[in-house]
Amino acid sequence: MSPAESLKYFNPELIMTGFLLLIIVVSLWKNYKGRRLALSLIAFAGLFFTSFALIQSAGENILIFHNLYACDPFSRFFKMIFLLCGGFIVLIVFQAREIKEKHLGEFYGILLSLILGMFLLVSSSNLLMIYLSLEFVSITSYVLTGFNRNDRRSSEAALKYVIYGGVVSGIMLFGMSYFYGLFGTLEIPAIKKGLIAALSTPYEASRPGSVQAMRLTVLAASIFVFAGFGYKMAAVPFHMWCPDVYEGAPTPFTAFLSIAPKIAGLAAFCRFLLTGFFENISNFLPVTEIPWGAILGILAAATMTLGNLSAISQNNVKRLLAYSGVAHCGYILMGLSALSGEGLFAFYFYSVVYLFMNLGAFVIVIIIREKTGQENIEAYKGLGVREPFIAVSFAVFLFSLIGIPPLAGFIGKFYLFAAVIHKAQAWYYLLAIIGILNSVISLYYYARIIKAMFIEKAVDEQPLQIFSFQKLVTFVLLIPIFIFGIYWQPLAKVATFLF
Amino acid sequence: MINYQTTTTIVSWVVFIPIIGVGSILITIGLRYLFKIDKKIADNLSRLISLISTLLAFILSLKMWGFFETGMNTLQFVHRFVWIENFNIEYFLGIDGINIALVILTTFITLIACIASVPWWGHVDDRHFSKRMTPGYMILLLILETGMLGTFCALDFFLFYIFWEIMLLPMYFLIGVWGGPRKEYAAIKFFLYTLAGSVLMLLAMIAIYYASEPFILADGRLAHHTFNIPALTASGQSGLFARANPILGFAFAKVVWIALFIGFAIKIPMFPFHTWLPDAHVEAPTPISVILAGILLKTGGYGILRFNFQLLPEATKWAAAAMAVFGMINIVYAAYVCMAQSDLKKLIAYSSVSHMGFVLLGYAAFTPQAISGAVFQMVAHGLISPMLFLIAGVIYDRAHTREIGEFGGLANKMPEYTGLVGLAFMASLGLPGLAGFIGEVLVFLGAFPVYKVFTIISATSVVITAAYYLWTIHRMFLGKFNEKWSALWDVNWRERFTLYPLAALIIFFGFYPMPIFNLISNSLNPLISVIIASGKLP
Repeated sequence: MSPAESLKYFNPELIMTGFLLLIIVVSLWKNYKGRRLALSLIAFAGLFFTSFALIQSAGENILIFHNLYACDPFSRFFKMIFLLCGGFIVLIVFQAREIKEKHLGEFYGILLSLILGMFLLVSSSNLLMIYLSLEFVSITSYVLTGFNRNDRRSSEAALKYVIYGGVVSGIMLFGMSYFYGLFGTLEIPAIKKGLIAALSTPYEASRPGSVQAMRLTVLAASIFVFAGFGYKMAAVPFHMWCPDVYEGAPTPFTAFLSIAPKIAGLAAFCRFLLTGFFENISNFLPVTEIPWGAILGILAAATMTLGNLSAISQNNVKRLLAYSGVAHCGYILMGLSALSGEGLFAFYFYSVVYLFMNLGAFVIVIIIREKTGQENIEAYKGLGVREPFIAVSFAVFLFSLIGIPPLAGFIGKFYLFAAVIHKAQAWYYLLAIIGILNSVISLYYYARIIKAMFIEKAVDEQPLQIFSFQKLVTFVLLIPIFIFGIYWQPLAKVATFLF
Repeated sequence: MINYQTTTTIVSWVVFIPIIGVGSILITIGLRYLFKIDKKIADNLSRLISLISTLLAFILSLKMWGFFETGMNTLQFVHRFVWIENFNIEYFLGIDGINIALVILTTFITLIACIASVPWWGHVDDRHFSKRMTPGYMILLLILETGMLGTFCALDFFLFYIFWEIMLLPMYFLIGVWGGPRKEYAAIKFFLYTLAGSVLMLLAMIAIYYASEPFILADGRLAHHTFNIPALTASGQSGLFARANPILGFAFAKVVWIALFIGFAIKIPMFPFHTWLPDAHVEAPTPISVILAGILLKTGGYGILRFNFQLLPEATKWAAAAMAVFGMINIVYAAYVCMAQSDLKKLIAYSSVSHMGFVLLGYAAFTPQAISGAVFQMVAHGLISPMLFLIAGVIYDRAHTREIGEFGGLANKMPEYTGLVGLAFMASLGLPGLAGFIGEVLVFLGAFPVYKVFTIISATSVVITAAYYLWTIHRMFLGKFNEKWSALWDVNWRERFTLYPLAALIIFFGFYPMPIFNLISNSLNPLISVIIASGKLP
């Protein structure tokens, strides 16, 4: 479809861009009362109207801009998740003093462009577009990580992030160059067609041994490309940046970073995998014999095991949640490794659930940091007595992360495990056992926080005087955790057959 | 197979009345913050609410007992509808001979535990657990009751799993927050052990789901797979799971059986998974020990009957000898460990392990006497062990120690208490005429023709049990009075309210156990005949 015709399908992104510019203009007015509120309202309105435009375009399933960009239910689902996440971050930043009012305009501006970047990422159906939007997301993330320029940890984190990101995007680009060299195109569906042709029998007959060579090259190239996605989703071995960046970045942004870019990376990878290497999605018939199930399974096992084991010894709650995020990426990869409709469904479902529970956990971390200035587990001692509501909510979010019924996290995990076990193969059974062992390990470190809150005695028994607005945000995040834990049929309905 | 439809909602009321209580307590907490009500009034209000809701649940369950038709082998009081269409999950509660006795036991013991949790009708000092964070304690106690009742009543595997896990969290907090000096260690150990067991069960549950046959749900829709337990039972008894594709090279039924069994065996607790129990018991406050020993352990025994026996008869037959061996180890090993205990509560905890071994031994024999004996043993132990833990609580509340060696000659100082202890100990060691005897003797009678050696070895435990109980009585109540304890006083009214009903029931069922057998035997006998008739696994 030509660019002019495509524009009307590009409304959400355009609206987002419009509000982005508006924020920059409005932030030029300085020093008036209510600036914080005004900027937050504009950012919130931007996200709101974008979601409105997204809902308007429901039902469309086409490729626009000369097959560069997909406008389909799959991308819309994830875009809604990003908007929800962004909306909550705006609500949190509105109250969080960690982001100074002076720089609030910049923060919101860059946050919105980051979300725009993720929009582009989950819709890209062209390797070049994927690379560009991935870089878009990365660069805006670097800026927000190092947002507090005077904070040494923040700058250090940003630098680590940049170096690591630079290396990985180089690797990814290298992998993409292979695809271009082999097939003369960067369009993923076209690559698939080329792959089918190159692996066909007549081609093999004319050049003996070429199929074997082709498979190996494509395998190597896809793993290089995976590096880029793996870095965004923080899968082992591309997770090293995670704890340092999470610890150093301003906490509201850490909350965002731990959810949206992770899900965006997973979603973009899904599109790359499913449109590039499978004949069609309904039967998951692979085009080549690249063992994606095994690759993803091994990555999943490594990711969740390493994430969980590293989390055990963390004392900083942000670092702990960083490693727990790595582990959760492992669970999702485990579901995806089933390469089945159930696996995809489980991924969609888990994304939504993960959004609420991880965001909830971070909201509490932000509140406690604001009040006590600390991020260590010691700061949570006796919270059950000092602030019962906050402590109970945190416990609920953590139990949901462990996956204990009747909370939403359990349902998400149940679907992931169900997808794996439905494959009924030895390797998948093994993977499921590794998965449940990890669930048990994860209980241990989450329970350390819970223990500190309820069982250990507080040094200072004074209540913390938490704003009721922050309590309200926490409460709003609690609702879906319970609802999707007890009656999740509506969400399950939405998350079926997206691709 | 009968396609059950909703007949009544009474079971749902029994299960969820405690949750209504939780809601009411939450409202009182809200009111307290709004109107600045005095803490003492709010605490008493939450105590009252939980007493009323446990009492209501008990009365309703008694009503169910009254309406229960003992001559039938089918489900009664069914409440069923489709819960989540997306995964064919149903809300399905019902009562049959396997769970009726345990449901009534649960509501009764929780009521007793609730009475033991209030500081009324007798003196308690300010350090007493019942004075700390009372609304939270009561909320958790009520959630725990819903979890336990739901576990016993649920007839959809998924629903069962949800209730099974709901039992976990309250227990963790009840031990961890209101427990003794090593509560952190005990609570997390309990949590890790039981979670490990239940996630294993989760995998088995999913595997069974995907192996199940198409089935018509409550709304008339045809589902490819189902969690419905009566449907799974019908498939299992027709040999569906015995023929299912192997897992990792082992027969499907064997793998699933072991996964389920480990999940339940941790709760029972079976050797070698029993080590969480003494820690949890010693650190838990008295009423929580009462619930833990009285009901929570029975969920394991119940689960084995409901899932391993009903769904996988071939595998049950295959594993019978192993069950008997583990039962024997439980009985004898734990009895010897009891001999070495100096802490009264730890001694009772290990005696629980020993007595739950009888349940396993009775299950393994597949004779009508043994299996009825095993289920009766669960009920009897569910009455005796709460009494024992209450007794340990009585002395701990007064002396703040449970070291058996520190006491002596208490019989003169506390005659009524000594009498109750004597009764409970005698019941636990299996004195004829008391409830503990019936279960043990039936298990021995039923198991002897099948496992001669194991039964004889297990029977030696009777002597050891008598030895450690009598020795404990000797050290605590007879001999020279230790002047340190001259300030001790005899049982107060709160303790009488909890101890006497239990004592009366122990004596009643010791002389006349037929009410229980009438309830259970019609469902148990077909169960074992299916197992005996089932074929061999590949």
